[in-house]
Amino acid sequence: MNHDTTRRDLLKAAAVGAVTIAPGLTLIAPAAQARALGQPASATNRWGLLIDTSKCDSGCTACVDACKTEMGLPALDRPATDAQYIRKVDVTDLKTGNQHSLPVMCQHCAHPPCVDVCPTGASMKRADGIVLVDRHICIGCRYCMMACPYKARSFAHEDQTDQKAVNPRGKGCVEGCTLCAHRIDAGGQPACVEACSKDGGAAMLFGDLNDPKSEISQRISKEATSRIRADLGVEPAIRYQGI
Amino acid sequence: MSSHRVDYLAIPAWTKGWLTILGGLAAVIAIAGLSVLYMEHQGHWVTGMTNQVVWGMPHVFAIFLIVAASGALNVASIGSVFGREVYQPLGRLSALMAMALLAGGLGVLVLDLGRPDRLIVAMTHFNFKSIFAWNVILYSGFFAVVGFYLWTMIDWRMKKVYKPAAITAFLWRLILTTGTGSIFGFLMARDAYNSAVMAPLFIAMSFAFGLALFILFLMGSSTALARPLSQELLRKKGRLLGLFIAANLYFVAIQHVTALYQADRGPVEAFILLHGGVYTWLFWGAQIALGGIVPLILVLRPQATRCHLRAASVLVVLGGMAQIYVILIGGQAFPLTLFPGMEVSSSFADGQVNAYVPTLAEILLGLGGFALALLLTIIGASAFRILPQSLGDGEEATAEVIDAEGEPLAAQ
Repeated sequence: MNHDTTRRDLLKAAAVGAVTIAPGLTLIAPAAQARALGQPASATNRWGLLIDTSKCDSGCTACVDACKTEMGLPALDRPATDAQYIRKVDVTDLKTGNQHSLPVMCQHCAHPPCVDVCPTGASMKRADGIVLVDRHICIGCRYCMMACPYKARSFAHEDQTDQKAVNPRGKGCVEGCTLCAHRIDAGGQPACVEACSKDGGAAMLFGDLNDPKSEISQRISKEATSRIRADLGVEPAIRYQGI
Repeated sequence: MSSHRVDYLAIPAWTKGWLTILGGLAAVIAIAGLSVLYMEHQGHWVTGMTNQVVWGMPHVFAIFLIVAASGALNVASIGSVFGREVYQPLGRLSALMAMALLAGGLGVLVLDLGRPDRLIVAMTHFNFKSIFAWNVILYSGFFAVVGFYLWTMIDWRMKKVYKPAAITAFLWRLILTTGTGSIFGFLMARDAYNSAVMAPLFIAMSFAFGLALFILFLMGSSTALARPLSQELLRKKGRLLGLFIAANLYFVAIQHVTALYQADRGPVEAFILLHGGVYTWLFWGAQIALGGIVPLILVLRPQATRCHLRAASVLVVLGGMAQIYVILIGGQAFPLTLFPGMEVSSSFADGQVNAYVPTLAEILLGLGGFALALLLTIIGASAFRILPQSLGDGEEATAEVIDAEGEPLAAQ
């Protein structure tokens, strides 16, 4: 009797415990909690990426392909003018022969030169550090493209068709990686990171650099990382290992 | 000092020659307009501009005209701010040309925007950290300041404010060209730019380009209108042009020697100065030799003829276009440095010298800017008394001169 009661009590306790703990526990943790509609982005977050180039294969373009699909960037077979929000760059040290490959996209700088130079304020940084172009007031002067140290922006050189709702585009405006702000706002992670994890070498980690408990913060506090052209002092949110 | 007052005469309008010239200029402007419609309708992919070379030939023309605009005002400033009386009769033309050239340059710049229909946005949304936004204010203000200055030169009732207006216009133009040079000087990402020397370099360029265009218009108009033009006055202007050419060459030398001293700028300097193909040829051949040294020799000859001066001015204009082409296009053709010391490659032209070939539509748009500037100058000089009746020597010498207090003085 006592034995039965004890077992029942244990099951009850387990059920209560599961209900209590479950909301905060998932096997595959989402990158962030969804932001309610109307709630502004918060400076308590600083979204960023950590990219381990040792896991990034030179021939792999999973992140690039995913970006094109997610953002609705058609290939018009005009490499000089086709938009590229993310690209794979192969780097060779001619003195040592060392080679590595890495994706380069908007580095979502803390001090973005594109935002500084934009005459109308179309180029702007959200409170959570995501750098975007307000295409309602972009006049297409391309000064931001001149100013970006990472060549991260593209110009819409022609009329756009089959656009994605998450990435409205317009001929004559400048555009670039949004860090998939629409996904982040919904509690997800960027399409490139998801694709790298699924089809690539799982080289990309997304997270909140302002949250000391996040995996990305934990890793960059323990492992050596660097940023492209850190000497410029623009403090990118994209960190790399192995460059 | 003998005193004789003389008149400024408007260009007689509606004559056969006047109609022919204006008709020709209007046709060039119309063709430029069609080019704009074509480029804006199709999108910029039909131009030579790409995601790598984002500013192209229209910007070369626009920057040249904007820089020359502030330089064209110098003749007026030398007469008024610095009290050189011999230049005072030309103050009105100087101010008119400055405004017309700026209008031509801005016309080209605005019509190359991705969204020229949003010009009003640029006028209503200002990011005050942007030198571009400051330039929108400086360019708009230039019309107001120089327009007012011109008014004080034309209207005797405004003589009391002539000197303050002249000083304001002079300071404004210095700040304006500083702003134009700083468009490049503030670009830390590009190895070819990012230097404080860009501001004084652009000021020196403006002095030379503006005066060269001024001399050409003055000689052309005096011939067309059969009005006397003193050889000595032309030689003085020639020597002044020589000084400005030398100043430009000096700042170009500073620009490159400073960069050569920095190890990380070595590759971009080697590109422009040694193995940059068309950019190296344009730098040494067009900018330095034909646009600098040859005109310098021509204008400094003691017995420089009108032909020498005309040739020198044309060469300064062509050399100036080459100079801006090398700075603007050459600076973008050289690849961005993402990983210093490493060799890089990608699908986005990383590590490659970026190709740029200007298209006809871009060149036609730029020429339209020149035509607009000339058209506005001629219309302005036809509507108002801008050009002196005579700029001849001796008995022909007639000019109205105003001193600092606004009293008419003698000339020559």
